[in-house]
Amino acid sequence: MAEFKPRIRLDKKEVKKGETVDVKTLVSHIMETGFRHDPDGKLIPRMIINTFTSELNGKFVFGCDLESAVSANPYFEFKFKPEESGTLKFTWIDDEGVRIEATETITVT
Amino acid sequence: MSLRLAFCGILLLAIAAGAAGLAFGESGLEHPRWQGHGIAPPAKDFPLPEIVSGYWFRTKETQAIQDDDFNNPGFFAIEQGEELWSKPDGAAGKSCASCHQDAAATMKGVGAAMPKWSAKLEKPVNLEQQINICRGERMQAAPWEFGSAELTAMTTYVRFQSRGMPVNVRIDGPMAPWFDRGKELYHTRNGQLDLACANCHERNYGKYLRADFLSQGQSNGFPVYRLREQRLVPLHERMEGCIFDVRGIPYPPLSDEAVALELYLAWRGTGLPVETPAVRN
Repeated sequence: MAEFKPRIRLDKKEVKKGETVDVKTLVSHIMETGFRHDPDGKLIPRMIINTFTSELNGKFVFGCDLESAVSANPYFEFKFKPEESGTLKFTWIDDEGVRIEATETITVT
Repeated sequence: MSLRLAFCGILLLAIAAGAAGLAFGESGLEHPRWQGHGIAPPAKDFPLPEIVSGYWFRTKETQAIQDDDFNNPGFFAIEQGEELWSKPDGAAGKSCASCHQDAAATMKGVGAAMPKWSAKLEKPVNLEQQINICRGERMQAAPWEFGSAELTAMTTYVRFQSRGMPVNVRIDGPMAPWFDRGKELYHTRNGQLDLACANCHERNYGKYLRADFLSQGQSNGFPVYRLREQRLVPLHERMEGCIFDVRGIPYPPLSDEAVALELYLAWRGTGLPVETPAVRN
């Protein structure tokens, strides 16, 4: 389902230690709920992103489990205080096991 | 003395209650404020006293999604449109870019002036139809189906090049009978509920229709990303939705009726900036 590159935006890429970074992410996904029926009355199987995680140098920063009620193209915004410079890695995993990944570098001074 | 104290107590209580009442009022949902955001109509006998974009009839939360291009999921379609623009398709081995080069330059203002008269077909064509005409005649490719992700993405991408430019369609000459037809359709009652477009969008905009806040039904933001559908919705699909809701039989997308109505709608929004891809509920 990874048709489009996920969008990541940090309010600043260089921060002083102890400063807060605002992270926004938007990913393209149909997020089919599993409760809808097609015109023949058959249930359309659930197809959603069920997990979102972000890690800084492999260390967990933020994540959550998603359920059927989340709308298409899920958008997340979170704030955190990076302790070290490195690569911020974002992973979305959907019901078919497809992993959508994106990275962003961050410098802490 | 004690009487005076009691009086003071009552007064204080009254003030406290007043403050509480005020706080309660403020905690309610915010009503969209469209007043004062309109532009002046181009002529005196215009059907609306002021022309207001649908943007101002939405909540500030919905507006916020549109305000920031990063948040606006409609931009996924722009990315797709940009990709398709230079992707060859069909027997001629051409892409849109083969003839039109850089969309940012060649497509600027095109979307703001559609539907436009086609001398060859002797009728007005809208953006979707023109894209498929190009695909058929120049690229020798199969037309994209109405409502397909490709056609909607390309329509959005082309119209996006006119973002911020005022809507301005020609209604003179051969377009005049189509304009009149659109105007007639707009004011014709339809369906079991017996409602014309004008009943809601001309006479009652700015009021609630159940939980929905009625706009003027302007078309300047189309195709729009609808939070309800969670995807981009082309104008003719939206018109189908409206007519379905009054329990009428919708005009098929890209039919003569739908194009005439699109022309009339565009004229009603003369001067409004193109907002494609707008975000609506």
